[in-house]
Formats: sequence, C-alpha cells, structure tokens
Amino acid sequence: MTPTVTRAGELPDGDPYDVTVIGGGVVGTAIARELAKYPLRTALVEASDDIGNGTSKANTAILHTGFDAVPGSLEAGLVREGQRLLAEYAAGTGIPVERVGALLVAWDDEQRAVLPALLAKAERNGYHAARLLDADELYDREPRLGPGALGALEVPDESVICPWTTPLAYATQAVLAGVHLHLDCRVLHIDTGPDTHTLTTSRGPLRTRYLVNAAGLYADEIDRHLGHDTFTVTPRRGQLMVFDKLARDLVRHILLPVPTSAGKGVLVAPTVFGNVLLGPTSEDLGDKSDTASTADGLHFLREKGRRILPELLDEEVTAVYAGLRAATGQEDYRIQDHPDQRYVTVGGIRSTGLTASLAIGAHVTGLLTRTGLELGTARELPGITMPNLGEASPRPYLRADLIDRDPAYGTIVCHCERVTLGEIRDALNATVPARSLDGLRRRTRARGGRCQGFSCGPAVRALFEEARP
Amino acid sequence: MTRDERTVDVLIVGAGPAGLGAGAELAASGAGRVEILERELDAGGVPRHCRHGGFGRRPRGGETGDEYARRCVAAAVRAGATLRTGVTVTGWAENAPADGAHTLEITGPAGLERITARAVVLATGARERPRSARLVPGGRPSGVYTTGELQQAVHLYRQPVGTRAVVIGNEAVGHAAADTLRTAGAEVVAMVTDQPPSPAAALLRPRGRFPLLTRATVTGLTGRTALTGVTLRHEDGRTTTLRCDTVVFTGDFVPDHELARRAGLTLDRGTRGPAYDAEYRTSLPGVFAVGNLLHAVEKARVASAEGRAAAAPVLRHLAGGPPPAPRPVALAVDAPLLWIAPNRTGPAGARPLRGRFVLRTARRLERPVLVVSQDGRELDRQRLLLPAVPGRAFHLGAGWLGRVDPRGSTVRITAV
Repeated sequence: MTPTVTRAGELPDGDPYDVTVIGGGVVGTAIARELAKYPLRTALVEASDDIGNGTSKANTAILHTGFDAVPGSLEAGLVREGQRLLAEYAAGTGIPVERVGALLVAWDDEQRAVLPALLAKAERNGYHAARLLDADELYDREPRLGPGALGALEVPDESVICPWTTPLAYATQAVLAGVHLHLDCRVLHIDTGPDTHTLTTSRGPLRTRYLVNAAGLYADEIDRHLGHDTFTVTPRRGQLMVFDKLARDLVRHILLPVPTSAGKGVLVAPTVFGNVLLGPTSEDLGDKSDTASTADGLHFLREKGRRILPELLDEEVTAVYAGLRAATGQEDYRIQDHPDQRYVTVGGIRSTGLTASLAIGAHVTGLLTRTGLELGTARELPGITMPNLGEASPRPYLRADLIDRDPAYGTIVCHCERVTLGEIRDALNATVPARSLDGLRRRTRARGGRCQGFSCGPAVRALFEEARP
Repeated sequence: MTRDERTVDVLIVGAGPAGLGAGAELAASGAGRVEILERELDAGGVPRHCRHGGFGRRPRGGETGDEYARRCVAAAVRAGATLRTGVTVTGWAENAPADGAHTLEITGPAGLERITARAVVLATGARERPRSARLVPGGRPSGVYTTGELQQAVHLYRQPVGTRAVVIGNEAVGHAAADTLRTAGAEVVAMVTDQPPSPAAALLRPRGRFPLLTRATVTGLTGRTALTGVTLRHEDGRTTTLRCDTVVFTGDFVPDHELARRAGLTLDRGTRGPAYDAEYRTSLPGVFAVGNLLHAVEKARVASAEGRAAAAPVLRHLAGGPPPAPRPVALAVDAPLLWIAPNRTGPAGARPLRGRFVLRTARRLERPVLVVSQDGRELDRQRLLLPAVPGRAFHLGAGWLGRVDPRGSTVRITAV
C-alpha cells in the first residue's frame, strides 16, 4: 500500500471516510494511530504544513507521572495510563526519553508547607515513589541549585521526552497502516447530515461518517460548527528559553516549582537533546496565533532562572520560543462524545497531553464505538524505528556500523547539533517527510543549535531545496 | 565499535587562517607529522565566503577573502602539513594516554577515528551570536541572518535573500554584510547601532547609501512566518518600526569553544575563549589555542600570525620543553574594558605577538590611560594616542610583564 500524504490539490473523492480526525497534533496523531489498528478508512486533516506544528511543537517536553493531577479527574486517569503506554512505546520505537526525575523545590516556608500535601496527592493518584527531601539531601542531588532552597519533593519517575519525534512516530505508523494524512487542509465549515459530515476545507470537500475534533486551540470553533457552545479555548502563552548544550552539566533533574496560590511557575529542565530549558511564562491571550516572545517575558524568565540555577545565566541561549496551551477555564480535559452526531470532541488538552496522548487515543476510540462506529478486528500496526535525536544513546555520527554502510552518516552537515547528511536525506524522504526547514529541524535538529545557521544554514537550505518536489 | 587509531605529532583542529598558519609553520619547522582537521568540506575558514578585499598584507592587500583562504591552504599543504576536510572532532577520548599526549575522537565519511597527538592546537574560530542568543523578542519569522550565514548563502550557494534589509551593527563586518546584501540585489534600508555616532563620521564620506541609526536598540522582530519589520527604541524613548523582509545581526562574536570546554580548559571570563599566555598555552599542558577562538574576531591576518607564532612554543613542547613555568598569573580588565588577550602570564621572557596585548572596550573612550596594577601596586601606565572604540582592537605594550609578581594575584588593567 502506498502511503497517502497529501499537501495540495483536491482531496480524494469516492466513498466517505469512516472516520476523520481534525488536527494533526500529538493528540490527533495518537487518535489516528489508534484507529489505524482497525479496518477503517481514516483521514487525518491538518491545517498547517506539518504534523505537531501547533501546541505540540512548543511545550516543556516532559513525560509526566501525573503525581499532581486532580485525583479522580479524567486527566489523572489518562495521564497515568498514558505515561505507562508512552514509556513503553518510546522504548520500542526509539523515541528519546530520559528518566531524570523531578524535584519540586521549595524556596520559602509557604512552599515547604505544601510539600506533604503534594506527597499525599501523589499517593492518591496511585504514585508511591515520591518522597520528601530536606535541604541537605536536595543540594546533594542538585549541587548547582541557587542558595536558599529549603527542601523538595522528589518524583523519581518524571522524565523528559522528545516532543517532536512522538507525534511523528504516531503519524508515520498511522500513515503506514493506511490512514490518509492531508496537510495544508483547513476545515472551514461542517455540514452534518444523517449519515455523513461534509467538511468544507481549504482544499475542497471531504465527507466522513464519523468525526473527531482534536483541533487543539481551535477545538471550540470546530465544536461550534457542530452546534456546541460549551467551552472557549483561551490561548495561554508559555515563553521558553533553551540554553546551550554546554549548560547541560549544571542540572541533573527537572526542577519544578511548587504550585502555590500564585500559579504553576517556571521550571528548569534538561532536554533529551542535551540542552537546558527554562520556562514557561503563563499569559492568557486573545490571539490564537501569537507565539511571539516578549522582552518582559524573557526578563521574567531570566530572573526566575537566576534564582533556581544562577550559573545558567552565564551560558549562551540557543533558542527562544513560545507555545500556546489550550486553556478552557476548567481544570480537566473536555473530552465528550455526541452519539447523535457521530462526533467526539477532544478539547482542553493541556500540557499533559503529550504524556496522555496514547491513552487519549484509546479512550476516544472507545467513545467512537459508543457513538455507533464498528471498529472491526484490531490488527498489529507496522513496527517502526524512529531516527534518534536524543543524547542518551548514540546518534548516527557516533555509529561506526551505520557510517560503514553509508558514508552519508559520517558527513556532518550541522556542526552544533552534529546532524549528518544521511539523517537530513532520510527526513526529506520519510513516510511523513519534512516539508519546511522548520519541519526538517524538528526531524533532525539541523539548524537548531547554538549557531542557528551561522555555519550550516545555507548548506541545509540547499539540501532542502534540492529535495523539494 | 570500531575506530581507526593513529598517532601524530601535532593535531590542529580547524583549518581557518589560524590553524593553517600553525600547520604551515610547524610542518616547515620539522615538527614531524602535522595533521590539520577541518569539519567543513572546504578549508580556509570564514574568509572563504568573504568577497570583500583587505585580506592579507601588502603588497597583496587587495586580496579578497576567498583568494586569501586559498593562499593559506596552499601554504600549509606546500609546507607538508596533512590537511583533511569534512572530518569533525567530536570530543576527547576518556582514557587519555599517560605520557601527556591527548587523544581526540573524530567522525568522517570514512568512519570513526581516534587520533593521539603529542600536541593539540585548537583553532576552532568564532561565530556571531544569533538573534536568539541576543534575546531579541518577537515572532520567529524567516529572513533573519548572521553575517556568516548571509555571506555563505549569497557567495557560496547563490541563494536568494530578501529585497529590503536592515543591518544590525556598524562595525566592519556590518558593512561587509551590507555589501553582500547589495550584491544579492537587496536594498539596505538602514544600519542600526546602539552606539553613539562617531565624531569622525561627520568628517568622512558616508560609507553606505543608507541611513545609519545610532543610539538605537532592537526591541523586537515582527512577522510570524516571514519577517515584516524590525522595531527599534531610540535613546530618547521613541520607538519606530523599520519595514523589511531581511535582517542581519552582525558582530557580537563569540569563540567556538565547545572543544576547549569539553577538555576542561580554564576559560577567560572576558573573551570566553581559553585562558592563554604569550606562548598560546592553555591550562592543559600540550593543548595550545590560536586565532579567533582566543578572543573572538580579529582580522584574518592576525589569526594567521598567531597560528604561525604558536609554532615555536609547540616545538619547544615537543622537544620536552623548558622546565615547568611558574604558576601563571591571570590578567583581567575592569569595565568598560571587555577583555585582554593573552590573559595569563607565561614563562619568563615570553612576550605576546608584536610585544603587545590586545584589548576591547564596551564603549568609546577618548584617549584613555591604561593602568596596569597588581595587589594595589601600579606596574605601568600607558596613554592611548587614539580613542578606543567598541568592536576595534587597541593595544597595551607588554613592557611591564617583568614586573609582575609571580606569586601575586590577578593583574588588573583599568582605563582612566
């Protein structure tokens, strides 16, 4: 079967799709992957030119235990289940994960007083490995921590994960199993008939029997097309700074703030790419596309970072970015089936969505059957191995076996991130290929390093343009 | 995992003017097997993509960067150095040999290698800080360059750039960027600097056909996917937006010090390169450093001269060298001076290149007096004949080196 990934032209006509998922983020791709197990005609439509291109690409990249979820909430259950599923999936497919553990650091008495309650909450969430550390134990674990910390809650299973490879793996597997992926396909209008929905998209009509709304920041708008007006997505901007790889040795754990009345606060975390992340800010906006960073935001982050890890501020900044979380004004996910419409809404998936994604996929597929979808018999998905972007296991430039087979894996093009010609070529020819320089960066890390293209920019651009159909 | 293992006498990392200069001189002086490794496919370093003149020394001063780069490459190869391109030093082997040699790990199309050298010369150069490192807020549109990327795109790859460009920085490299933009057919809308206007500028013919906006800070970039403008705040508080589709961040060079740091070399706080003495010795015996890795950007011929000057101390090291030098004393500067190089004392009698130290300042100083002192004792006092200005080297004679107390603390240089 030829994989179907389209980006232009009319959508395939003929019979309606059995299921269409709107939104190619980590949640939409996870749902599409789950549906791909069944003998269904499934489409995944995405408004932009790549999967994982909205909220999913710009988050804090943490694989949560769910220790601090609201016990009993839908989110708590899906995060706990999703964490288990994704950790296992990542190990099987080569998605980089590092189990570095988290420390919730208390910087004042109010914060320290909250720690036992957080420990109890973790227990209520079924997480039993957390424990309290006094200041000495804390500085033992994290010697470069700024002065004045009073103690911490240790959560040893919190991990960092690659936020880009995850939806790419889902989408790749879904497409290999026959799901049609339509990019640059914005849903403009939806007509719901007795048996089919007709989606008017920027690329023409698309008919489908069942519909899943995983449109992230735009989930409320899609919902209104179906006549539902139960929530509003308010984009909550999180600005983040990525520090150079030479800063990586400064920090060993994810350093989480203790949530207090003042909000969730700023974290410092290693990344699987070997960098250090500082952020996010938390700003409610009116504009669902405003991913600009601001002088105030960066100043705020630097002040926070200076307290948490003073030496971090002496290191070079590699990248600054902002992501938008889909806040709905409610503490829980807004996943709702509408049986009369053969429709499921997957809204309000917040920062835990990456962790919960596989569990959301299974949950939503279950809801679809409640709306009448007959899944048929599940089959094995094709096995895949994702290119390794993580520093914890050898990247191609360190692998004599690969270079021996193909010298392109020994030809480093992007020097800061040590990305080889072979990896760039692979990303441009993959099942879900890179269609932009940003997409190429998320698949290979090319141009994503400290020089931001000073050395390799034009060479990478030339390779990209050469491969562009 | 298989690795090809070899031994050489001197391994030079980086084939820009400094590394090639060191390689040429060492090979010609009988240092034995001298190997230069370059991660780019072509040797020559940054001058490869500089099409402006002013490289080299008179009478060949009219050379362009690429001509100069080719001449540096030819000189090193002719002298007998082994030059290998497209191979990257990825790190230092964990198990270093016991005899003071160093082992580097290398990746290239032919596979992995481990090369042990009796002396290592780091010549990894410098790069410009990109927009992100300068913490310029705003969207993340395309059309944002450093000079290095722009010059490669235009001169090496013939890639199109935009039509309306703003250049941030008015040092020589900024003007080179403006020239490159014009070569590519772009209009330079303005050049922007946070510095005050130079008093001499009014007397001179304007260098460009574009306005120079002084005392203006970049406060953001507008545009989500494609750049639409650069916002500025002037010193008087006014803000403006320059409409453009291309912006080049120039200058603000930082040493490419990854290998130096991975080796655990002591760095200088000012230059951010390895701390080094007049003999180009770093804090790790047998590891030398040359060129713009040491002090970010000086002219190519300075980097080349440093490379050549390092040959003699490297040869002394190979020969077993003089007895260990006394504990080096660090040199440091006070604001608004940014750095001094070299920045530690070396063996008795060792003088820096041309008998003088190089310095930079963060703001313009009219004919300052540079005061050298140690532990409250004044060692020297030198008046500069010309103003010291940001982005340009000025010098301090090294005559006072003999008066440094080798057991004393840091020698401080202050501008008064």
